[in-house]
Amino acid sequence: MGDPAARPTTAAAYRIVLASRVRAQLQYPVSFTFDLAQSALTFAVGLLEVVAVFSNVTVLADLDLDAALLVYGLAASGFGIANAIAGQLDTIPTYIRAGTLETMLVRPQPVLAQILTSDITLRRLGSVVIGLGTLAVALARNQIAWTPGSVVLLVVTPLAAGLLFSALFLAAGAVQFWLVDAAEVTSAFLYGGNYAAGYSAGVFPLPLRLFVVFGVPVSFAAYLPAAAILGLPGPSGAPGWLGWAAPAVAVAVWFAAMRLWALGLRHYAGAGG
Amino acid sequence: MSVIEASHLTRSFSRRSGRAWQPRRRTRTTVRAVDDVSFAIGPGETVGYIGANGAGKSTTIKMTTGILVPTGGTVRTFGLEPVGHRTVVARRLGVVFGQRSQLWWDLPLRDSLELLAAIHRLPPARWRPREAELVERLELGEFLARPVRQLSLGQRMRGEVAAALLHEPELVVLDEPTVGLDVLSKERLRTFLRADVAARGATLLLATHDMDDVERLCGRLLVVDHGRLVYDGDIPGLVARVGARRVLVVDLVEPAPPLDAVPGTELVAVEGSGLRQRLAFSPSATTAAAVLAAVSAVAAVRDLSIEEPDIEDVVRRLYLSSGR
Repeated sequence: MGDPAARPTTAAAYRIVLASRVRAQLQYPVSFTFDLAQSALTFAVGLLEVVAVFSNVTVLADLDLDAALLVYGLAASGFGIANAIAGQLDTIPTYIRAGTLETMLVRPQPVLAQILTSDITLRRLGSVVIGLGTLAVALARNQIAWTPGSVVLLVVTPLAAGLLFSALFLAAGAVQFWLVDAAEVTSAFLYGGNYAAGYSAGVFPLPLRLFVVFGVPVSFAAYLPAAAILGLPGPSGAPGWLGWAAPAVAVAVWFAAMRLWALGLRHYAGAGG
Repeated sequence: MSVIEASHLTRSFSRRSGRAWQPRRRTRTTVRAVDDVSFAIGPGETVGYIGANGAGKSTTIKMTTGILVPTGGTVRTFGLEPVGHRTVVARRLGVVFGQRSQLWWDLPLRDSLELLAAIHRLPPARWRPREAELVERLELGEFLARPVRQLSLGQRMRGEVAAALLHEPELVVLDEPTVGLDVLSKERLRTFLRADVAARGATLLLATHDMDDVERLCGRLLVVDHGRLVYDGDIPGLVARVGARRVLVVDLVEPAPPLDAVPGTELVAVEGSGLRQRLAFSPSATTAAAVLAAVSAVAAVRDLSIEEPDIEDVVRRLYLSSGR
Protein backbone atom coordinates (compact mmCIF):
# COMPACT_ATOMS: atom_id res chain seq x y z
CA MET A 1 0.00 0.00 0.00
CA GLY A 2 3.02 2.33 0.34
CA ASP A 3 3.57 4.97 2.98
CA PRO A 4 0.72 4.78 5.49
CA ALA A 5 1.05 8.49 6.31
CA ALA A 6 0.64 9.59 2.70
CA ARG A 7 -2.62 11.02 1.46
CA PRO A 8 -4.03 8.81 -1.27
CA THR A 9 -4.01 10.43 -4.68
CA THR A 10 -7.20 11.01 -6.62
CA ALA A 11 -6.27 8.07 -8.86
CA ALA A 12 -5.83 5.78 -5.85
CA ALA A 13 -9.20 6.89 -4.51
CA TYR A 14 -10.86 5.91 -7.78
CA ARG A 15 -8.99 2.60 -7.89
CA ILE A 16 -10.26 1.64 -4.45
CA VAL A 17 -13.81 2.57 -5.42
CA LEU A 18 -13.68 0.67 -8.70
CA ALA A 19 -12.12 -2.43 -7.16
CA SER A 20 -14.91 -2.61 -4.61
CA ARG A 21 -17.56 -2.26 -7.34
CA VAL A 22 -16.06 -5.15 -9.28
CA ARG A 23 -15.85 -7.26 -6.12
CA ALA A 24 -19.48 -6.56 -5.31
CA GLN A 25 -20.65 -7.65 -8.77
CA LEU A 26 -18.62 -10.81 -8.92
CA GLN A 27 -20.12 -11.85 -5.58
CA TYR A 28 -23.16 -13.12 -7.45
CA PRO A 29 -21.74 -14.98 -10.46
CA VAL A 30 -25.04 -16.48 -11.63
CA SER A 31 -26.88 -13.19 -11.69
CA PHE A 32 -23.83 -11.57 -13.28
CA THR A 33 -23.81 -14.17 -16.09
CA PHE A 34 -27.53 -13.71 -16.75
CA ASP A 35 -27.15 -9.94 -16.88
CA LEU A 36 -24.23 -10.23 -19.25
CA ALA A 37 -26.20 -12.57 -21.51
CA GLN A 38 -29.22 -10.29 -21.45
CA SER A 39 -27.17 -7.27 -22.45
CA ALA A 40 -25.54 -9.24 -25.27
CA LEU A 41 -28.93 -10.51 -26.42
CA THR A 42 -30.33 -6.99 -26.75
CA PHE A 43 -27.57 -6.14 -29.15
CA ALA A 44 -27.82 -9.45 -30.98
CA VAL A 45 -31.48 -8.62 -31.71
CA GLY A 46 -30.39 -5.27 -33.16
CA LEU A 47 -27.89 -7.13 -35.29
CA LEU A 48 -30.58 -9.48 -36.57
CA GLU A 49 -32.65 -6.46 -37.55
CA VAL A 50 -29.80 -5.13 -39.66
CA VAL A 51 -29.40 -8.51 -41.32
CA ALA A 52 -33.18 -8.78 -41.91
CA VAL A 53 -33.35 -5.34 -43.53
CA PHE A 54 -30.47 -6.14 -45.85
CA SER A 55 -31.76 -9.57 -46.84
CA ASN A 56 -34.70 -7.75 -48.46
CA VAL A 57 -32.82 -4.90 -50.06
CA THR A 58 -29.33 -5.62 -51.21
CA VAL A 59 -28.20 -2.04 -51.04
CA LEU A 60 -29.72 0.51 -48.68
CA ALA A 61 -28.50 4.05 -49.29
CA ASP A 62 -24.91 3.26 -50.24
CA LEU A 63 -24.42 0.39 -47.81
CA ASP A 64 -24.60 -3.30 -48.58
CA LEU A 65 -24.99 -5.87 -45.79
CA ASP A 66 -21.25 -6.26 -45.19
CA ALA A 67 -20.74 -2.50 -44.90
CA ALA A 68 -23.77 -2.27 -42.61
CA LEU A 69 -22.24 -4.96 -40.39
CA LEU A 70 -19.11 -2.84 -40.09
CA VAL A 71 -21.20 0.20 -39.13
CA TYR A 72 -23.14 -1.86 -36.64
CA GLY A 73 -20.00 -3.41 -35.13
CA LEU A 74 -18.39 -0.02 -34.62
CA ALA A 75 -21.55 1.50 -33.16
CA ALA A 76 -22.27 -1.43 -30.83
CA SER A 77 -18.69 -1.57 -29.51
CA GLY A 78 -18.72 2.15 -28.82
CA PHE A 79 -22.17 2.04 -27.27
CA GLY A 80 -21.17 -0.91 -25.10
CA ILE A 81 -18.12 0.91 -23.78
CA ALA A 82 -20.19 4.00 -23.04
CA ASN A 83 -22.95 1.97 -21.42
CA ALA A 84 -20.49 0.24 -19.09
CA ILE A 85 -18.88 3.52 -18.06
CA ALA A 86 -21.78 5.95 -18.00
CA GLY A 87 -24.95 3.84 -18.32
CA GLN A 88 -25.94 4.46 -14.69
CA LEU A 89 -26.45 8.15 -15.48
CA ASP A 90 -29.97 7.18 -16.50
CA THR A 91 -30.73 6.32 -12.86
CA ILE A 92 -30.42 9.98 -11.83
CA PRO A 93 -34.19 10.33 -11.26
CA THR A 94 -33.91 7.50 -8.73
CA TYR A 95 -30.92 9.19 -7.09
CA ILE A 96 -32.92 12.41 -6.88
CA ARG A 97 -36.06 10.76 -5.50
CA ALA A 98 -34.27 8.54 -3.00
CA GLY A 99 -32.11 11.42 -1.76
CA THR A 100 -28.90 9.59 -2.72
CA LEU A 101 -27.86 12.73 -4.56
CA GLU A 102 -27.94 14.64 -1.28
CA THR A 103 -25.52 12.23 0.35
CA MET A 104 -23.25 12.61 -2.68
CA LEU A 105 -23.37 16.38 -2.39
CA VAL A 106 -21.96 16.29 1.13
CA ARG A 107 -18.89 14.30 0.09
CA PRO A 108 -15.71 16.00 -1.10
CA GLN A 109 -15.74 14.52 -4.58
CA PRO A 110 -17.45 15.71 -7.75
CA VAL A 111 -20.96 14.27 -8.01
CA LEU A 112 -20.34 13.06 -11.55
CA ALA A 113 -17.29 11.08 -10.40
CA GLN A 114 -19.35 9.52 -7.62
CA ILE A 115 -22.15 8.52 -9.98
CA LEU A 116 -19.78 7.12 -12.59
CA THR A 117 -17.99 5.01 -9.99
CA SER A 118 -21.13 4.12 -8.06
CA ASP A 119 -22.20 1.44 -10.47
CA ILE A 120 -19.60 0.20 -12.90
CA THR A 121 -21.67 -2.45 -14.53
CA LEU A 122 -19.46 -5.05 -16.07
CA ARG A 123 -22.48 -6.93 -17.38
CA ARG A 124 -23.12 -4.12 -19.82
CA LEU A 125 -19.90 -5.15 -21.52
CA GLY A 126 -22.11 -7.79 -23.19
CA SER A 127 -22.80 -5.35 -25.99
CA VAL A 128 -19.07 -4.82 -26.46
CA VAL A 129 -18.71 -8.57 -26.99
CA ILE A 130 -21.41 -8.55 -29.69
CA GLY A 131 -19.95 -5.39 -31.22
CA LEU A 132 -16.43 -6.75 -31.44
CA GLY A 133 -17.74 -10.06 -32.81
CA THR A 134 -19.72 -8.26 -35.51
CA LEU A 135 -16.70 -6.13 -36.25
CA ALA A 136 -14.54 -9.24 -36.74
CA VAL A 137 -17.09 -10.77 -39.15
CA ALA A 138 -17.43 -7.48 -41.02
CA LEU A 139 -13.67 -7.14 -41.39
CA ALA A 140 -13.47 -10.62 -42.89
CA ARG A 141 -16.32 -10.02 -45.35
CA ASN A 142 -15.51 -6.50 -46.53
CA GLN A 143 -12.86 -5.73 -49.08
CA ILE A 144 -10.75 -3.38 -47.05
CA ALA A 145 -7.68 -1.66 -48.39
CA TRP A 146 -5.43 -2.20 -45.38
CA THR A 147 -3.52 1.01 -44.89
CA PRO A 148 -2.06 2.42 -41.65
CA GLY A 149 -4.91 4.93 -41.87
CA SER A 150 -7.70 2.34 -41.91
CA VAL A 151 -6.07 0.40 -39.05
CA VAL A 152 -5.85 3.53 -36.89
CA LEU A 153 -9.44 4.39 -37.76
CA LEU A 154 -10.61 0.90 -36.77
CA VAL A 155 -8.93 1.14 -33.37
CA VAL A 156 -9.78 4.74 -32.67
CA THR A 157 -13.42 4.68 -33.83
CA PRO A 158 -14.91 2.36 -31.15
CA LEU A 159 -13.07 4.32 -28.45
CA ALA A 160 -14.17 7.66 -29.87
CA ALA A 161 -17.68 6.27 -30.26
CA GLY A 162 -17.54 5.18 -26.61
CA LEU A 163 -16.55 8.69 -25.64
CA LEU A 164 -19.26 10.21 -27.82
CA PHE A 165 -22.01 7.95 -26.53
CA SER A 166 -20.96 8.51 -22.91
CA ALA A 167 -21.18 12.26 -23.55
CA LEU A 168 -24.73 11.70 -24.81
CA PHE A 169 -25.48 9.66 -21.67
CA LEU A 170 -24.13 12.57 -19.64
CA ALA A 171 -26.22 15.11 -21.54
CA ALA A 172 -29.28 12.92 -21.11
CA GLY A 173 -28.45 12.58 -17.40
CA ALA A 174 -28.11 16.34 -17.06
CA VAL A 175 -31.49 16.88 -18.71
CA GLN A 176 -33.00 14.69 -15.96
CA PHE A 177 -32.49 17.50 -13.48
CA TRP A 178 -35.20 19.36 -15.36
CA LEU A 179 -37.28 16.35 -16.34
CA VAL A 180 -37.21 14.22 -13.24
CA ASP A 181 -40.36 12.47 -14.26
CA ALA A 182 -39.56 12.11 -17.94
CA ALA A 183 -36.98 9.34 -17.72
CA GLU A 184 -38.65 7.55 -20.59
CA VAL A 185 -38.27 10.54 -22.90
CA THR A 186 -34.53 10.70 -22.45
CA SER A 187 -34.18 6.97 -22.71
CA ALA A 188 -35.96 7.04 -26.07
CA PHE A 189 -33.61 9.81 -27.09
CA LEU A 190 -30.60 7.75 -26.06
CA TYR A 191 -31.43 4.33 -27.31
CA GLY A 192 -32.96 5.89 -30.39
CA GLY A 193 -29.59 7.55 -30.90
CA ASN A 194 -27.86 4.22 -30.85
CA TYR A 195 -30.41 2.83 -33.29
CA ALA A 196 -29.69 5.67 -35.72
CA ALA A 197 -25.93 5.13 -35.42
CA GLY A 198 -26.35 1.60 -36.70
CA TYR A 199 -27.71 2.82 -40.04
CA SER A 200 -26.42 4.90 -42.88
CA ALA A 201 -27.26 8.57 -42.57
CA GLY A 202 -28.58 8.21 -46.14
CA VAL A 203 -31.73 6.28 -45.15
CA PHE A 204 -33.14 9.29 -43.34
CA PRO A 205 -34.81 12.26 -45.04
CA LEU A 206 -32.80 15.47 -45.09
CA PRO A 207 -34.03 17.30 -41.96
CA LEU A 208 -33.61 14.13 -39.94
CA ARG A 209 -30.22 13.57 -41.54
CA LEU A 210 -29.09 17.04 -40.50
CA PHE A 211 -30.31 16.30 -37.00
CA VAL A 212 -28.54 12.97 -36.92
CA VAL A 213 -25.23 14.36 -38.18
CA PHE A 214 -25.20 17.70 -36.44
CA GLY A 215 -27.87 17.62 -33.74
CA VAL A 216 -26.94 14.34 -32.19
CA PRO A 217 -23.72 13.54 -33.98
CA VAL A 218 -24.07 9.82 -33.71
CA SER A 219 -23.15 9.32 -37.34
CA PHE A 220 -19.62 10.26 -36.42
CA ALA A 221 -19.55 7.26 -34.14
CA ALA A 222 -19.82 4.65 -36.87
CA TYR A 223 -21.20 5.53 -40.26
CA LEU A 224 -18.72 8.19 -41.38
CA PRO A 225 -15.65 6.28 -40.11
CA ALA A 226 -16.96 3.08 -41.75
CA ALA A 227 -17.36 4.94 -45.04
CA ALA A 228 -13.78 6.16 -44.71
CA ILE A 229 -12.48 2.68 -43.90
CA LEU A 230 -14.30 1.18 -46.90
CA GLY A 231 -13.34 4.06 -49.21
CA LEU A 232 -17.02 4.83 -49.91
CA PRO A 233 -17.99 8.36 -50.95
CA GLY A 234 -20.18 8.91 -47.88
CA PRO A 235 -23.22 11.20 -47.85
CA SER A 236 -23.34 13.64 -50.74
CA GLY A 237 -21.44 16.82 -50.07
CA ALA A 238 -19.63 15.47 -46.99
CA PRO A 239 -15.86 15.82 -47.21
CA GLY A 240 -13.85 12.60 -46.70
CA TRP A 241 -12.04 13.85 -43.59
CA LEU A 242 -15.34 13.75 -41.69
CA GLY A 243 -14.67 10.05 -41.11
CA TRP A 244 -11.70 11.14 -38.99
CA ALA A 245 -13.63 13.71 -37.01
CA ALA A 246 -15.11 11.32 -34.40
CA PRO A 247 -12.53 11.98 -31.63
CA ALA A 248 -12.79 15.75 -32.06
CA VAL A 249 -16.58 15.59 -32.17
CA ALA A 250 -16.58 13.39 -29.07
CA VAL A 251 -14.43 15.85 -27.15
CA ALA A 252 -16.61 18.77 -28.27
CA VAL A 253 -19.79 16.96 -27.24
CA TRP A 254 -18.17 16.13 -23.89
CA PHE A 255 -17.50 19.79 -23.26
CA ALA A 256 -21.08 20.69 -24.12
CA ALA A 257 -22.42 17.85 -21.97
CA MET A 258 -20.24 18.92 -19.01
CA ARG A 259 -21.63 22.44 -19.28
CA LEU A 260 -25.14 21.06 -19.33
CA TRP A 261 -24.36 18.84 -16.34
CA ALA A 262 -23.05 21.80 -14.33
CA LEU A 263 -26.21 23.74 -15.19
CA GLY A 264 -28.33 20.75 -14.21
CA LEU A 265 -26.67 20.50 -10.79
CA ARG A 266 -27.15 24.22 -10.30
CA HIS A 267 -30.80 23.83 -11.24
CA TYR A 268 -31.12 21.04 -8.67
CA ALA A 269 -29.59 23.21 -5.92
CA GLY A 270 -32.01 25.95 -6.84
CA ALA A 271 -35.19 24.02 -7.36
CA GLY A 272 -34.84 20.51 -5.99
CA GLY A 273 -35.14 19.09 -2.50
CA MET B 1 -15.39 33.10 13.85
CA SER B 2 -18.70 31.31 13.60
CA VAL B 3 -18.89 27.78 12.24
CA ILE B 4 -22.34 28.51 10.81
CA GLU B 5 -23.76 31.94 10.33
CA ALA B 6 -27.21 32.45 8.88
CA SER B 7 -28.50 35.90 8.17
CA HIS B 8 -32.12 36.46 7.14
CA LEU B 9 -31.96 33.03 5.58
CA THR B 10 -35.01 32.31 3.46
CA ARG B 11 -35.96 29.49 1.16
CA SER B 12 -39.19 29.32 -0.73
CA PHE B 13 -40.38 26.61 -3.07
CA SER B 14 -42.92 27.13 -5.74
CA ARG B 15 -45.29 24.27 -6.07
CA ARG B 16 -47.31 23.59 -9.15
CA SER B 17 -50.67 22.05 -8.78
CA GLY B 18 -52.97 20.79 -11.48
CA ARG B 19 -52.26 18.55 -14.39
CA ALA B 20 -49.31 18.72 -16.70
CA TRP B 21 -51.50 18.32 -19.76
CA GLN B 22 -53.70 21.25 -18.76
CA PRO B 23 -51.10 23.98 -18.41
CA ARG B 24 -53.63 26.76 -18.25
CA ARG B 25 -55.37 25.26 -15.27
CA ARG B 26 -52.13 24.88 -13.33
CA THR B 27 -51.51 27.25 -10.49
CA ARG B 28 -48.29 28.13 -8.76
CA THR B 29 -48.17 28.56 -5.04
CA THR B 30 -45.09 29.65 -3.16
CA VAL B 31 -44.29 28.01 0.15
CA ARG B 32 -41.73 29.54 2.47
CA ALA B 33 -39.99 26.56 4.04
CA VAL B 34 -37.48 28.79 5.82
CA ASP B 35 -38.47 32.36 6.53
CA ASP B 36 -36.00 35.06 7.57
CA VAL B 37 -33.94 32.93 9.97
CA SER B 38 -30.81 34.40 11.58
CA PHE B 39 -28.41 32.66 13.98
CA ALA B 40 -24.72 32.08 14.53
CA ILE B 41 -23.17 28.91 15.89
CA GLY B 42 -19.68 29.12 17.39
CA PRO B 43 -16.98 26.41 17.50
CA GLY B 44 -17.69 23.64 19.99
CA GLU B 45 -21.35 24.55 20.48
CA THR B 46 -23.94 21.77 20.59
CA VAL B 47 -27.15 23.03 19.09
CA GLY B 48 -30.51 21.34 18.79
CA TYR B 49 -32.59 22.47 15.86
CA ILE B 50 -36.13 21.51 16.66
CA GLY B 51 -39.59 21.87 15.32
CA ALA B 52 -42.46 19.78 14.08
CA ASN B 53 -42.28 17.91 10.78
CA GLY B 54 -42.33 20.38 7.93
CA ALA B 55 -41.15 23.25 10.11
CA GLY B 56 -38.13 23.84 7.86
CA LYS B 57 -35.40 21.94 9.69
CA SER B 58 -34.18 19.86 6.76
CA THR B 59 -34.27 22.78 4.38
CA THR B 60 -32.02 24.80 6.69
CA ILE B 61 -29.63 21.86 6.95
CA LYS B 62 -29.54 21.50 3.18
CA MET B 63 -28.65 25.16 2.82
CA THR B 64 -25.88 25.03 5.44
CA THR B 65 -24.33 21.91 3.92
CA GLY B 66 -24.29 23.09 0.31
CA ILE B 67 -27.17 21.02 -1.09
CA LEU B 68 -29.60 23.88 -1.66
CA VAL B 69 -29.11 27.56 -2.38
CA PRO B 70 -31.14 30.08 -0.36
CA THR B 71 -33.71 32.17 -2.17
CA GLY B 72 -33.07 35.01 0.25
CA GLY B 73 -30.51 36.01 2.89
CA THR B 74 -27.16 34.32 3.31
CA VAL B 75 -25.60 31.37 5.07
CA ARG B 76 -21.89 30.85 5.67
CA THR B 77 -20.37 27.57 6.79
CA PHE B 78 -16.74 27.87 7.99
CA GLY B 79 -17.04 31.41 6.59
CA LEU B 80 -17.72 30.06 3.09
CA GLU B 81 -20.72 30.15 0.82
CA PRO B 82 -21.53 26.41 0.97
CA VAL B 83 -22.85 25.62 -2.52
CA GLY B 84 -19.94 27.33 -4.26
CA HIS B 85 -17.37 25.73 -1.94
CA ARG B 86 -19.10 22.39 -1.67
CA THR B 87 -16.07 20.09 -1.63
CA VAL B 88 -14.03 22.31 0.73
CA VAL B 89 -16.96 22.42 3.16
CA ALA B 90 -17.60 18.67 2.74
CA ARG B 91 -14.06 17.79 3.89
CA ARG B 92 -14.72 19.44 7.26
CA LEU B 93 -18.31 18.30 7.59
CA GLY B 94 -19.92 15.03 8.67
CA VAL B 95 -23.61 14.54 7.95
CA VAL B 96 -26.08 11.84 8.93
CA PHE B 97 -29.47 11.91 7.27
CA GLY B 98 -31.59 9.63 9.41
CA GLN B 99 -33.94 8.87 6.54
CA ARG B 100 -31.39 7.90 3.92
CA SER B 101 -28.26 5.85 3.80
CA GLN B 102 -24.85 7.01 2.71
CA LEU B 103 -23.48 3.50 2.84
CA TRP B 104 -23.15 1.25 -0.20
CA TRP B 105 -26.00 -1.16 0.37
CA ASP B 106 -24.46 -4.16 -1.39
CA LEU B 107 -21.05 -3.80 0.26
CA PRO B 108 -19.94 -4.78 3.75
CA LEU B 109 -19.75 -1.86 6.18
CA ARG B 110 -15.98 -2.29 6.28
CA ASP B 111 -15.77 -1.58 2.52
CA SER B 112 -18.00 1.47 2.83
CA LEU B 113 -15.65 2.89 5.44
CA GLU B 114 -12.65 2.20 3.23
CA LEU B 115 -14.39 3.89 0.29
CA LEU B 116 -15.23 6.94 2.35
CA ALA B 117 -11.64 7.15 3.57
CA ALA B 118 -10.57 7.14 -0.09
CA ILE B 119 -13.16 9.77 -1.04
CA HIS B 120 -11.96 11.98 1.82
CA ARG B 121 -8.40 11.11 0.80
CA LEU B 122 -7.39 10.16 4.30
CA PRO B 123 -3.96 8.55 4.75
CA PRO B 124 -4.18 5.04 6.26
CA ALA B 125 -2.16 6.19 9.27
CA ARG B 126 -4.99 8.54 10.09
CA TRP B 127 -8.14 6.62 9.29
CA ARG B 128 -7.16 3.09 10.41
CA PRO B 129 -6.84 4.08 14.09
CA ARG B 130 -10.02 6.15 13.82
CA GLU B 131 -11.86 3.20 12.27
CA ALA B 132 -10.67 0.94 15.11
CA GLU B 133 -11.89 3.51 17.64
CA LEU B 134 -15.32 3.79 15.99
CA VAL B 135 -15.67 0.02 15.67
CA GLU B 136 -14.97 -0.38 19.35
CA ARG B 137 -17.11 2.46 20.67
CA LEU B 138 -20.08 1.93 18.37
CA GLU B 139 -19.75 -1.87 18.71
CA LEU B 140 -19.60 -2.48 14.98
CA GLY B 141 -17.31 -5.51 15.20
CA GLU B 142 -19.90 -8.27 14.88
CA PHE B 143 -21.41 -6.97 11.64
CA LEU B 144 -18.48 -5.16 10.01
CA ALA B 145 -18.15 -7.84 7.32
CA ARG B 146 -21.87 -8.06 6.55
CA PRO B 147 -23.42 -6.28 3.55
CA VAL B 148 -25.24 -3.15 4.70
CA ARG B 149 -28.59 -4.30 3.33
CA GLN B 150 -28.57 -7.19 5.84
CA LEU B 151 -28.17 -4.93 8.86
CA SER B 152 -30.93 -4.06 11.31
CA LEU B 153 -31.95 -0.41 11.52
CA GLY B 154 -30.02 0.09 14.75
CA GLN B 155 -26.88 -1.53 13.33
CA ARG B 156 -27.14 0.47 10.12
CA MET B 157 -27.57 3.71 12.03
CA ARG B 158 -24.39 3.03 14.02
CA GLY B 159 -22.70 2.36 10.69
CA GLU B 160 -24.02 5.64 9.28
CA VAL B 161 -22.65 7.54 12.26
CA ALA B 162 -19.27 5.85 11.91
CA ALA B 163 -19.27 6.73 8.19
CA ALA B 164 -20.04 10.38 8.92
CA LEU B 165 -17.42 10.71 11.66
CA LEU B 166 -14.56 8.72 10.11
CA HIS B 167 -12.82 11.84 8.82
CA GLU B 168 -13.14 13.55 12.22
CA PRO B 169 -15.23 16.46 10.95
CA GLU B 170 -15.17 19.80 12.78
CA LEU B 171 -18.88 20.17 12.19
CA VAL B 172 -21.28 17.28 12.74
CA VAL B 173 -24.78 17.67 11.34
CA LEU B 174 -27.36 15.08 12.27
CA ASP B 175 -30.83 15.09 10.76
CA GLU B 176 -33.16 12.88 12.84
CA PRO B 177 -30.40 10.39 13.74
CA THR B 178 -32.45 8.39 16.25
CA VAL B 179 -35.70 8.12 14.29
CA GLY B 180 -37.09 4.59 14.48
CA LEU B 181 -34.54 3.33 17.02
CA ASP B 182 -35.47 1.54 20.22
CA VAL B 183 -34.82 3.25 23.55
CA LEU B 184 -31.60 1.35 24.28
CA SER B 185 -30.11 1.99 20.83
CA LYS B 186 -31.01 5.68 21.05
CA GLU B 187 -29.34 6.00 24.40
CA ARG B 188 -26.16 4.24 23.31
CA LEU B 189 -25.93 6.41 20.21
CA ARG B 190 -26.42 9.59 22.24
CA THR B 191 -23.78 8.57 24.76
CA PHE B 192 -21.30 7.97 21.98
CA LEU B 193 -22.10 11.20 20.13
CA ARG B 194 -21.84 13.27 23.27
CA ALA B 195 -18.41 11.85 24.12
CA ASP B 196 -17.04 12.01 20.57
CA VAL B 197 -18.10 15.59 19.91
CA ALA B 198 -16.83 16.76 23.31
CA ALA B 199 -13.48 14.96 22.98
CA ARG B 200 -12.77 16.50 19.59
CA GLY B 201 -14.19 19.94 20.37
CA ALA B 202 -16.45 19.57 17.36
CA THR B 203 -19.57 21.61 16.70
CA LEU B 204 -22.87 19.75 16.65
CA LEU B 205 -26.05 20.72 14.88
CA LEU B 206 -28.81 18.26 15.58
CA ALA B 207 -32.17 18.50 13.88
CA THR B 208 -34.76 16.41 15.64
CA HIS B 209 -38.23 16.31 16.99
CA ASP B 210 -37.16 14.03 19.80
CA MET B 211 -36.93 16.15 22.96
CA ASP B 212 -34.75 13.55 24.67
CA ASP B 213 -32.10 13.88 21.95
CA VAL B 214 -31.93 17.58 22.65
CA GLU B 215 -31.88 17.23 26.41
CA ARG B 216 -29.04 14.72 26.31
CA LEU B 217 -26.92 16.29 23.60
CA CYS B 218 -27.50 19.99 23.23
CA GLY B 219 -26.53 23.03 25.22
CA ARG B 220 -28.52 25.35 23.04
CA LEU B 221 -31.83 25.19 21.24
CA LEU B 222 -33.13 26.74 18.08
CA VAL B 223 -36.87 26.23 17.67
CA VAL B 224 -38.50 26.75 14.30
CA ASP B 225 -42.15 26.89 13.50
CA HIS B 226 -43.52 27.35 10.00
CA GLY B 227 -40.06 28.32 8.79
CA ARG B 228 -39.55 31.01 11.42
CA LEU B 229 -37.14 30.97 14.33
CA VAL B 230 -39.30 31.27 17.45
CA TYR B 231 -36.72 30.53 20.14
CA ASP B 232 -32.95 30.69 20.49
CA GLY B 233 -31.53 29.85 23.91
CA ASP B 234 -30.99 27.05 26.41
CA ILE B 235 -33.47 24.45 27.67
CA PRO B 236 -34.14 25.99 31.13
CA GLY B 237 -34.85 29.25 29.33
CA LEU B 238 -37.36 27.53 27.06
CA VAL B 239 -39.06 25.84 29.98
CA ALA B 240 -39.19 29.14 31.85
CA ARG B 241 -40.68 30.86 28.85
CA VAL B 242 -43.42 28.42 27.99
CA GLY B 243 -43.53 26.46 31.24
CA ALA B 244 -43.10 23.03 29.74
CA ARG B 245 -45.91 21.20 31.41
CA ARG B 246 -46.23 17.62 32.50
CA VAL B 247 -49.58 15.97 32.49
CA LEU B 248 -50.83 13.83 35.36
CA VAL B 249 -53.35 11.28 34.09
CA VAL B 250 -55.53 9.86 36.84
CA ASP B 251 -57.88 6.89 36.50
CA LEU B 252 -60.53 7.11 39.19
CA VAL B 253 -62.40 4.31 40.92
CA GLU B 254 -65.73 6.01 40.16
CA PRO B 255 -66.70 8.73 37.72
CA ALA B 256 -66.17 12.14 39.31
CA PRO B 257 -67.08 15.68 38.35
CA PRO B 258 -64.33 17.60 36.50
CA LEU B 259 -61.33 18.19 38.78
CA ASP B 260 -60.95 21.80 37.78
CA ALA B 261 -60.09 23.23 41.18
CA VAL B 262 -56.75 21.54 41.89
CA PRO B 263 -54.20 24.26 42.76
CA GLY B 264 -51.43 24.84 40.20
CA THR B 265 -53.05 22.70 37.50
CA GLU B 266 -55.18 23.07 34.44
CA LEU B 267 -57.71 20.42 33.57
CA VAL B 268 -56.99 19.52 29.93
CA ALA B 269 -59.34 16.60 29.35
CA VAL B 270 -62.06 14.53 30.94
CA GLU B 271 -62.70 11.09 29.45
CA GLY B 272 -65.12 8.25 30.19
CA SER B 273 -67.63 10.61 31.84
CA GLY B 274 -65.09 11.55 34.49
CA LEU B 275 -63.34 8.20 34.99
CA ARG B 276 -60.11 9.47 33.46
CA GLN B 277 -58.96 13.06 33.86
CA ARG B 278 -55.85 14.81 32.63
CA LEU B 279 -54.29 17.62 34.63
CA ALA B 280 -51.46 19.69 33.25
CA PHE B 281 -49.04 21.29 35.68
CA SER B 282 -45.79 23.15 35.54
CA PRO B 283 -43.00 21.51 37.61
CA SER B 284 -41.84 24.95 38.66
CA ALA B 285 -45.25 25.74 40.20
CA THR B 286 -46.13 22.50 41.92
CA THR B 287 -45.08 18.83 42.17
CA ALA B 288 -46.68 15.64 40.99
CA ALA B 289 -46.98 14.55 44.64
CA ALA B 290 -48.88 17.72 45.60
CA VAL B 291 -51.24 17.36 42.63
CA LEU B 292 -51.86 13.71 43.46
CA ALA B 293 -52.54 14.55 47.10
CA ALA B 294 -55.03 17.23 46.06
CA VAL B 295 -56.80 14.85 43.68
CA SER B 296 -56.88 12.03 46.27
CA ALA B 297 -58.58 14.39 48.71
CA VAL B 298 -61.66 14.60 46.45
CA ALA B 299 -61.68 11.27 44.54
CA ALA B 300 -60.29 7.74 44.94
CA VAL B 301 -57.43 7.17 42.49
CA ARG B 302 -57.12 3.70 40.96
CA ASP B 303 -54.15 4.27 38.64
CA LEU B 304 -52.01 7.12 37.39
CA SER B 305 -49.35 8.02 34.87
CA ILE B 306 -47.33 11.12 34.09
CA GLU B 307 -46.80 12.31 30.53
CA GLU B 308 -43.67 14.28 29.78
CA PRO B 309 -44.00 17.40 27.64
CA ASP B 310 -43.59 16.53 24.00
CA ILE B 311 -41.85 18.85 21.65
CA GLU B 312 -44.93 19.45 19.56
CA ASP B 313 -46.68 20.74 22.68
CA VAL B 314 -43.72 22.92 23.68
CA VAL B 315 -43.54 24.41 20.20
CA ARG B 316 -47.27 24.98 20.14
CA ARG B 317 -47.14 26.84 23.41
CA LEU B 318 -44.11 28.77 22.24
CA TYR B 319 -46.07 29.69 19.16
CA LEU B 320 -48.96 30.92 21.32
CA SER B 321 -46.69 32.82 23.68
CA SER B 322 -44.92 34.56 20.80
CA GLY B 323 -48.30 36.05 20.03
CA ARG B 324 -48.58 34.98 16.43
